[in-house]
Amino acid sequence: MAYHSFLLEPISCHAWNKDRTQIALCPNNHEVHIYQKERSGWMKIHVLKEHNGQVTGIDWAPESNRIVTCGTDRNAYVWTLKGSMWKPTLVILRINRAARCVKWSPRENKFAVGSGSRLISICYFEQDNDWWVCKHIKKPIRSTVLSLDWHPNNVLLASGSCDFKCRIFSAYIKELEDKPAPTPWGSKMPFGEVMFESSGAGGWIHDVSFSASGNRVAWASHDSTVAIAEGGKTPVVASLYLETLPLLCLTFITENSLVAAGHDCYPALFVYDAERSTITFGGKLDVPKQSAQRGMTARERFQNLDKKATADNKEAVLESLHKNSISQILVLEGDKAKCTKFCTTGMDGGMAVWDVKVSSQSVMSLPCLLTLIFCIMA
Amino acid sequence: MAKNTLSSRFRKVDIDEFDENKFVDEQEEAAELQGPDGAEVESLLRQGDMMTAFHVALRNPPVNTKNAVVKERAQAIVLRVLTSFRSSEIETAVRSLDRNGVDLLMKYIYRGFEKPTENSSVILLQWHEKAFAVGGLGSIVRVLTARKTV
Repeated sequence: MAYHSFLLEPISCHAWNKDRTQIALCPNNHEVHIYQKERSGWMKIHVLKEHNGQVTGIDWAPESNRIVTCGTDRNAYVWTLKGSMWKPTLVILRINRAARCVKWSPRENKFAVGSGSRLISICYFEQDNDWWVCKHIKKPIRSTVLSLDWHPNNVLLASGSCDFKCRIFSAYIKELEDKPAPTPWGSKMPFGEVMFESSGAGGWIHDVSFSASGNRVAWASHDSTVAIAEGGKTPVVASLYLETLPLLCLTFITENSLVAAGHDCYPALFVYDAERSTITFGGKLDVPKQSAQRGMTARERFQNLDKKATADNKEAVLESLHKNSISQILVLEGDKAKCTKFCTTGMDGGMAVWDVKVSSQSVMSLPCLLTLIFCIMA
Repeated sequence: MAKNTLSSRFRKVDIDEFDENKFVDEQEEAAELQGPDGAEVESLLRQGDMMTAFHVALRNPPVNTKNAVVKERAQAIVLRVLTSFRSSEIETAVRSLDRNGVDLLMKYIYRGFEKPTENSSVILLQWHEKAFAVGGLGSIVRVLTARKTV
């Protein structure tokens, strides 16, 4: 587990390159900064200045090495590395509100942008016109789209939005790809078709994630719940009511478990039991160092009673690694099926890398036990 | 000056009603629960059976209806039960609830905070403390984000 404090402001969004030596992040302004991992820390090597508004989403395509950014200026740019400079290409999204999130598809031939215009723009490159064009998915979205995640088949797209629903759409572009094979979510997938819609009871959906196989989708909602839906003729939805503050981001790390973090400033593990259709809380993944308990004098006791109406000596200091809400979580090593490292960034301007060790003691009906190994960065 | 500045009737128009993008909650087909049975709760309280009265009072919460009268009545019944509990028994009562029950209790407690009476705040705060110990911050967040209020 390693923590690096990049800034004093929140990190709005971040993305990693393929070999995890460079990180692109937005330091809560109109720019994107790219840092290179050096032996002794991180060095800023590029500053991408083109947006006129805060950059709200960054995604780095691992194979084609292109970065897509979207911002509150209602634009998206695709950046390609030419020599040692990143050159932007404007993508007209045809939206009249801010763009909120962007994701490359698994095959990197298209990307999706969620916006406050209550629609999702699916953008792909048209060779003939040498231009990025976009198609809109509008119905039945009724509010801002906050999060997106692609299914491994490059066609289905999960979206979480402020109208309290998680939906799976088909983003099939016939100019780009062949008809996709049937999936548990359905077999007919024309563009814009709603393959799944969650019931709208609850809060804004902050983040969605497909599992590695694409058969499950999980979402974190503002009413402090996390839910998983399993695809099928009638999708089975399991949800867990949390006792903590709402979660802001989540990702699957194995087919049965996911890691999520949010306003409580620590990542937590959740385990899904497919047979019983339940989600259970697997534990906090942040082990605070034990602060020494020193004794209190009688004077301090009375002072506490006077000031705080309690005689406890609990200091109002966060013991977690992140000192403010965690807003984004990304898998670093392994993929969503067997993640071994994941990274969190948050409003405290810091980035933490967490290690996951899977101990292979899996009994058939029990989920895998996960233990953590902490390695301090030299 | 133009003639129509004399009239200010336009200021009373609620323009949100005419907004075509206005978000309207979906009408759910769920049955409209009418709130707990007041008579049954009264008789249980008279017999001194607090726990059963408590559970009966938390049945049929009027979450799906928009009828303010039904909601007021349900709130009054629940508040009556909550105030008739002794402080020492509150914890056992809260522990006997499941997760949904704790969330529902929190909703009633916050509803009770809205209109404080002579002694209600004190007893509600005691209930709040015990319910918070079981439900945590999540249960309070669910009260704040609930689209269907009790």
